[in-house]
Amino acid sequence: MVRPVENDVAALVDLARARAVIDAVCDPEIPVLTLADLGVIRTIEQRADGKIEIAITPTYSGCPAMSAITVDLHAALATAGFDDVTITTVLHPAWTSDWMSAAGRAKLRAYGIAPPAMKASRRALFGDETPPACPQCNAEKTEKISEFGSTACKALWRCLSCREPFDAFKCI
Amino acid sequence: MDVVAAIEDDLFAYALMLGDSALVLSHRLSEWSGFGPTLEEDIALSNMALDLIGQARLCLDYAGKVEGRGRDEDALAYLRDDNDYRNLLICEQPRGDFAVTMVRQLFYAGFMQPCFASLMASRDSTLAAIAAKAEKEMAYHLRHAGEWVIRLGDGTAESHTRTQRALDEMAIYVAEFFTVSAVERRLADAGIAPDPLALRAPFENSITPILKEATLIVPSFAGGQYGGKNGRHGEHLSRLLGEMQVLHRAHPGATW
Repeated sequence: MVRPVENDVAALVDLARARAVIDAVCDPEIPVLTLADLGVIRTIEQRADGKIEIAITPTYSGCPAMSAITVDLHAALATAGFDDVTITTVLHPAWTSDWMSAAGRAKLRAYGIAPPAMKASRRALFGDETPPACPQCNAEKTEKISEFGSTACKALWRCLSCREPFDAFKCI
Repeated sequence: MDVVAAIEDDLFAYALMLGDSALVLSHRLSEWSGFGPTLEEDIALSNMALDLIGQARLCLDYAGKVEGRGRDEDALAYLRDDNDYRNLLICEQPRGDFAVTMVRQLFYAGFMQPCFASLMASRDSTLAAIAAKAEKEMAYHLRHAGEWVIRLGDGTAESHTRTQRALDEMAIYVAEFFTVSAVERRLADAGIAPDPLALRAPFENSITPILKEATLIVPSFAGGQYGGKNGRHGEHLSRLLGEMQVLHRAHPGATW
């Protein structure tokens, strides 16, 4: 069926508006990051009947924030007038910290969390891990306290200059 | 039985193997919550339990869909008896001391990391997608466990003795990793799952340098206990499931 041009334009405007709403929803565990910054929104589509279909991907297999993210997306879209929304979880391709946006990295650092220090593809099993710079004083001499931090996606580090402990986003 | 149905039965059984091992080991790690030797390690153990529960959910959810009888991840986790579980025996052993827990993590991650790496090329796209996430998590767990085993083995006389003891206790469950069940044989031939025998070299290449650096005597892994893949378990699993399942069985469908 050929649809009138103005309907197509209206649909595009609608989709752009939905996309803006979706992209602005914040991660429940690191609220300084939007879902767009984090790179977990994979696709946003609108069907001919107006239904919005979103595909999200978890950062970790057991990320407990996924259900909160789904609830937050439904709430934000409902507030903006989109009531008919389905959200599915896709696993492929697997999320990597390389997908975090440059804006997201800057926001993380300003928030006191060191962004991922290197490309996840440059995997180091022992020793030659790139230490993250201290998000407080920017010193490069830092040491790892623990491989795991306050959430699944972070490790715990300490600055050897200002001595402050800090969370660092894992490279995965 | 037609070919597709036969493969589906095998796929169901294999997804259970992966999911049950992750679920049971996750439960053992969760027993450390609040009891870790340091605050950081308490958090680390709980985080690893969380990674594993995530993998278990994905695998059991898929198993339920493949089976097609309406069982979801909760039905499979909470409403099966011990002899229906397909986990590796090493996962159900008591958590022991911190050395036992770390040696077990080293063995499990040392095996599952190449297993998932191989599964990423599976002809089954769901297993390949689950594996792509899980492989990264296992590589991370392997590094964490490896660093601890080196520190403990090459530490004090007490930590060395206890880590060697843990190594010898856990070593008897390693041979099971490389036994080939009928399900694994058929799925390997179909390009869906790795041949467990092919994972032996990557496993040994991962863990042998770690054990040597830890000044520990490397066990032979020649023989030992097996049967988990076919539902033959020890008493430890029954008790673990008793604790894990009691609430759901007493109050079916209960949610937080």
